[in-house]
Order: sequence, then structure tokens, then C-alpha cells
Amino acid sequence: MDLQGIATALAIGIGAIGPGIGIGMLAGKGLEAIGRNPEAASEIRTNMILTTAFCEAIAIYALVVALIIKFV
Amino acid sequence: MHVSVAAETLFKIGSFPITNSLLTTIIVTLLLILLAVVVNKNVSKIPSRLQSMMEIMIGALLGLTEDVAGKEFGRKIFPLLATFFIFIIFANWSGLIPGVGSIGFYETKEEAVVLEETNSVYAETHSNTEASDSESDILVTETAESHDSESEIFKPLFRGPTADLNTTLALALISVFMIQFYGFKTLGLKYLKKFFNFRNPINGFIGILELLSEFSRIISFAFRLFGNIFAGEVLLTVIAYLIPFIAPLPFIGLEIFVGFIQALVFMMLSLVFISMATISEH
Repeated sequence: MDLQGIATALAIGIGAIGPGIGIGMLAGKGLEAIGRNPEAASEIRTNMILTTAFCEAIAIYALVVALIIKFV
Repeated sequence: MHVSVAAETLFKIGSFPITNSLLTTIIVTLLLILLAVVVNKNVSKIPSRLQSMMEIMIGALLGLTEDVAGKEFGRKIFPLLATFFIFIIFANWSGLIPGVGSIGFYETKEEAVVLEETNSVYAETHSNTEASDSESDILVTETAESHDSESEIFKPLFRGPTADLNTTLALALISVFMIQFYGFKTLGLKYLKKFFNFRNPINGFIGILELLSEFSRIISFAFRLFGNIFAGEVLLTVIAYLIPFIAPLPFIGLEIFVGFIQALVFMMLSLVFISMATISEH
């Protein structure tokens, strides 16, 4: 049985759930804000992308763990 | 498909290993120094194309810094933050240049191991079939050859500097050290009150948490940058193996964007943490 492959898949698969929900909520709220206040679009967009990067970082941690399981 | 999390050692100076990512780091640094010297030499009132490009970039970075940290203090910390941004963005993008990661050479894995194994095989075959010496000789040479072809590994000559955990860890350490440095410089010993406050148990506990979060910043800085860039390189490799033509193009666009965003995030986080450290607690 190849437990290493299963471990890799689980690490990234479970690790992607949280950031996925987070980025979805974040982008939804951001777009809502742009819709209400289109003048502030550029500022909201910058902050949205920045916070998306923070959310994404958590998925990246999971990915790093998965890569370490797979290749090291 | 060959993916290595650690950077490969190209050669050694004494006992100091020169890895491919270190080589690329040096090249990127030299190019940035060259750019700075060239732009600095030809500064004029009517800016050339290169100069106005640099002015736009520096102006945007300075505006961002002054917005968050204030006019006076922003100018003080600006050189550090701008260096972070410019170095990281060019380091990220240098990993996307065609040839970086694909030009390299094949090298046999540690020859000592191969030799040892053939020796043990030799001994085994000798003890088992002492009668037929010639046969065992053939066996030995065959196993040696098969080991040779298996132990040949590909070593790329260049590797993106930020796709190596050592580089990002160094950057993270510099950033976190400078956060503490500016904290002490502006608040003096009062800065320590944030961490060691024993007026009541809740504050004491919060202080411990603050101290822990200070250390976890090193890890999160290092892994965020390393993970993003390394994952990008793995993604490009995988896509190139699946569909070699056209399909990798949008992903390269994505990686250029990610490289920019990560450089911006590193700079912004350092900026925000530094300005948070310099605000005194009530």
C-alpha cells in the first residue's frame, strides 16, 4: 500500500478547504464593497489582493508539507 | 520528472557549498547593482526612459511607505523596504527566465556508494559461486553499469533564489530583526513592556503570546515566499510535462503576477509590522 501518496493527497486536499472558503468570502465581500462604492474600487482591489495572498499562504503551507512528503 | 526541494550543490569552496540558487542570487544582485550604477550616473532633469521608469517605481513605493508609516518615519525605513521589494521581485522573476532550471548537467551520485555496493555484490557472488569465477565477474560488471545509469541525476545550473528556503529564511530573519531594531530604537526599553508585563496575569499571558507570535513571523515570512515561488516552479514543470505547447503560457503569466504580489506582500508586511512595533502601548 502506498501510504505516501495518500498522505500527500490528504495534506494538500484538507489544507485547501480552509483557504478556499476564506478566499471565497473575502472576494465576495470585496466585490460587494466595490459595487456599493465604485469610486474606491482601486483601493479596495489592492487590499483585496493583499489579503487574498495572506489566505493563499495557508494553502501554500499545506502544499509545502505535501511536497516535502512527496519528494524528501 | 525531477523535482528537488533543496538547492543542488554545484561545487565547494573549502567546506562552503556553492548551490545553484546562491549562484543565481549573486547574478541577480550584480545585475541590480549594475542597474543602480547606470541609472545613478545618468541622472538628469530631463529623464531618460530608464530613469523615468525607476522614478515611477521608487515613487510608488515611497508613496505606499509614507501612507502607512508617516512622512518622516516612512523615509527612514524606506531604503530597507524598497530593497526587499526590488530584490524579491527580480529574484522571483529570474526563476521564470527560460533556461533557469532547465539548463544543467548530469552528475553521478556519490561514487563511493556505488563502489561500496559493487564490492558487497562482488563478495556475495564470490562466496556463493566460488567455482565459476568468470561468471561472477560478468555479474559484477553488469550490476556496476546498471547502478551507474540509475545514479545519474540532473543538476540545473541556475535556480530561482527565492525557490530555496535558505534565501527566504535569511530575508525573514533580516526583516524580523529590523522590526525589533526599530521597536527598540523608537521606544527604548519601553518596547520590552509589550512582552514582559506582569501587572496582572492576563497581560502576562498576552505578553507570552506576543513573544511567540514574534518568532512565528520568521516561519511565516520564510514559508510564504518559499512556498509560493517553489509551488509555482513545480506547477510549471508539471504542466509542461502534461501539455508541452501553449498550455504553460497562462501559467507563466500567473507566476509573473504571483512573483509581483509576493514581493509586495513581503514589503507590506514588514512595513506594517515595523510601524506596529513603533507604536507605544497605553
